[in-house]
Amino acid sequence: MPVDPILSLFSDRFFMGSVAVYVLAMLMHAVEYAAARDAPAKVLVGAGAPVEAEAADPVEPPAPAGRTRAERFGRMAVSLTVLGVLLHLGSLVMRGLAAQRWPLGNMYEFTSAICLAAVVGWLVVLHRSPALRRAGVFVLTPVLILMFLAGTVLYAQAAPVVPALQSYWLVIHVTTVTLASGLFLVTGVASLLYLLSRSGKAAGLVAKLPSTDVLDRVAYRVTVVAFPIYTFAVIAGAIWAEAAWGRFWGWDPKETVAFVAWVVFAAYLHARATAGWRTNRAAWINVLGFAVVVFNLFFINMVVAGLHSYAGL
Amino acid sequence: MSSPPTAPPSPPAPSPGDTAGPPPGRPGGASRLLAFGRNTWRGLTSMRTALVLLFLLALAALPGALLPQRSLNQNLVDEYFADYPRLAPLLDRFDFFDVFAAPWFAAIYLLLMVSLVGCLLPRTIEYARTMRAAPVATPRNLSRLPHHAEATVDVPADEFLDRVRTRLGAGSRLGWRTTEATESSGARTVSAEKGYLRDTGNLVFHLSLVGLLIGFAAGKLFGYEGQVIVLTGGGQFCNSSILGYDSFRAGLRVDGTQLDPFCIQVEDFQADYLPNGQPESFRADIGYQTTEDLAAGRTDTWTSYPLAVNHPLRIDGERVYLLGHGYAPRFTVTWPDGEQRTGETQWRPVDQATLLSEGATKFERPGITDDEQRRTSQLAITGLFAPTSSGGAVVTSVFPELRDPEVAVDVLRGDLGLDDGRGQSIFSVDQRKVESGELVRAARANLTPGEDLRLDDGTVVRFDGVRPWVSLQVSHDPGQMWVLGFAVLVMIGLGLSLSIKRRRFWVRLTPAGSGCTVVEIGGLARTDQAGYGEEFDRLRADLLDPPKDT
Ligand code: HEM
Repeated sequence: MPVDPILSLFSDRFFMGSVAVYVLAMLMHAVEYAAARDAPAKVLVGAGAPVEAEAADPVEPPAPAGRTRAERFGRMAVSLTVLGVLLHLGSLVMRGLAAQRWPLGNMYEFTSAICLAAVVGWLVVLHRSPALRRAGVFVLTPVLILMFLAGTVLYAQAAPVVPALQSYWLVIHVTTVTLASGLFLVTGVASLLYLLSRSGKAAGLVAKLPSTDVLDRVAYRVTVVAFPIYTFAVIAGAIWAEAAWGRFWGWDPKETVAFVAWVVFAAYLHARATAGWRTNRAAWINVLGFAVVVFNLFFINMVVAGLHSYAGL
Repeated sequence: MSSPPTAPPSPPAPSPGDTAGPPPGRPGGASRLLAFGRNTWRGLTSMRTALVLLFLLALAALPGALLPQRSLNQNLVDEYFADYPRLAPLLDRFDFFDVFAAPWFAAIYLLLMVSLVGCLLPRTIEYARTMRAAPVATPRNLSRLPHHAEATVDVPADEFLDRVRTRLGAGSRLGWRTTEATESSGARTVSAEKGYLRDTGNLVFHLSLVGLLIGFAAGKLFGYEGQVIVLTGGGQFCNSSILGYDSFRAGLRVDGTQLDPFCIQVEDFQADYLPNGQPESFRADIGYQTTEDLAAGRTDTWTSYPLAVNHPLRIDGERVYLLGHGYAPRFTVTWPDGEQRTGETQWRPVDQATLLSEGATKFERPGITDDEQRRTSQLAITGLFAPTSSGGAVVTSVFPELRDPEVAVDVLRGDLGLDDGRGQSIFSVDQRKVESGELVRAARANLTPGEDLRLDDGTVVRFDGVRPWVSLQVSHDPGQMWVLGFAVLVMIGLGLSLSIKRRRFWVRLTPAGSGCTVVEIGGLARTDQAGYGEEFDRLRADLLDPPKDT
């Protein structure tokens, strides 16, 4: 089936556009962060880190009636993020139309989609807990790094996929994996910020973060949504493998590392229910889980040969 | 923020595994042994052990992804041995190239399963008990709970009690489970609890994991997998014995004597490619005869089926897959005495992108009675085959489809070693025979279909044409439907246990005279799941500040 070059070109333009808009949003968030006063919820930080002094921002005028400057920048950042999501979505949709297939067929496409899932997940989280907005810069940074990699190193022309990938299971399996991975990014960042906050290190950087309680809760809630999706995705992958490769589970490197990631997230949920593991250790495990997911995405696809080597590179 | 911070991590949610303190020791030989056994058991079934075992499992699986594995690719393992001659044997001693069959890997997951069962059995019992027990009595001091509110309403206690009952849906299946009591002070209380399905889900989830593992193991014991190459244009294969396969991997309890017989006939194979050589679709038109067909003697008709990637044939608990394809060049040899033989052997692709293939088509000279002479006049046509040849002096393939086929052959004459009793590859000749001079090159040429080549003794080798072959895999796994069933249960259990909160709610109504009542409410989520706050806030709003017009 021929690829539509115009649509494909537009898809690329939209991708670039979304990167540009995300960069702007990130800058706005950065300004918001710099302009913000110390986090109001700071009293909740149990460790009592001596961070108050440096964090206060002398430039910030006392909040006038209405919005502070930080508030205004924060809101602009969120609006820009929404715009970025629309462009990003448009880019993926046009890829799909250009190649006449579900647009998750190579590393460029699914890295891009993971970023989309992460940003959308982030916006949903934000809708629920507006207090988190200040952490925006920390979410958009890893997203932009991934998108940069997607657009450069991983970039692949729109093209049809090999027969093994022509299955509706691609839609089911890869979409859910992508969604879960994007959400894992959000929870991984939340856990990292939580750890940073609690450690008392990098005090100047983390002083204005939302309270550790909020971070912890977001990390847990998002994982609790992402983990069943991931479980489903792995099961769907096994069903597909049964049809495509003749066995539902064969310890192919990709399958193995997916299993490892699953076990790590199960350990996270267990740690939350184990005395002495609830706080820092649980958070470390959550971060480790995301690290394994990223490892699976990059290292296993690009370095280790296996049945899953569809990187399209 | 509408919800107060998460419940402090102190709710009394005693999971049996968590209370692994040693019991008061009673000295004495037998009882000490008993105590040791009990402590070991408690240790093994504690949450902390489960956590450690989960980590070990994750860690132990990693080398399976990072090191080449025999079960996936023996060649890569061999390469690894060549690259790291010192390290590899050491790793091999500890089964690092067969991680998932290694005893230490099995030890970890078996321990985990034991821990899981040991942890879940008492939980199941406790669960059965709490499923029937009444909600916990109202704590004396509700203001110490993570969620709490208090108000005075101008409604008598009895009337307000009705409102509480209705709001909590007491008695209905979807509502809260409640009990009421009257305290000695005269205060009326309601204890309510909800979310029992969470524990059901948790149990279903964990038990299904055990089921899943058992199904997986059953498949490994009683299943098998065999691969076979079949020529198109009517080539046949029957699943009657292991010997019919080119390679066969049997489960531990499979000896190959009791395969369900069925037969396959491959009519045709089509592949479509993009201009850049990327495959777009593969499809083999096959016919099959099931065990019943064979038993009923219906051996002259074939049920047709389009076999394709992602579209296996499923019959009688067996599945047939299209794994790959390649080409079998056909050669006809005409000896000087007029005897003629045609050979058609599959050659194997050496480059998947262009299907450049290599192979060896072997002939014995017919009509020779003398053993020695027969043995030393064998022929082998070896070399490279290109489905779309570049046309240069050195044959290379530029496209995987049959467009411009050409072979570059060496014709070897002499003793192929077929009588040596050593098995030899169908894709190559025995190099030892070449080195020893028993097998000598008689000619070399590039041939397109129809072209031939004359040897010094007048023998003519003609390249007739090409026929595609397909490689099929037959798989049998009696455990897989069980695995699927348990996987679905795992999903359901996980969904329930992660989305439902086990939570408690209490109300205390203290009459305050002149028709007024002091209402105190309190709430506690039994697990650390955040989010009870919103529900509690709704309950409070509904109970304590109902819309004015009612
Ligand atoms: C194959 C190994 C295991 C896996 C993959 C696994 C996975 C999980 C997952 C994903 C959860 C989260 C569901 C929830 O929070 O309700 C969970 C919860 C739980 N698991 Fe396991 N588990 C395993 C073994 C065990 C073992 C050995 C024990 C006992 C020591 C155990 C005890 C529990 C308990 C008590 C909970 C509920 C935690 C809570 O109340 O939040 N699990 N498990």
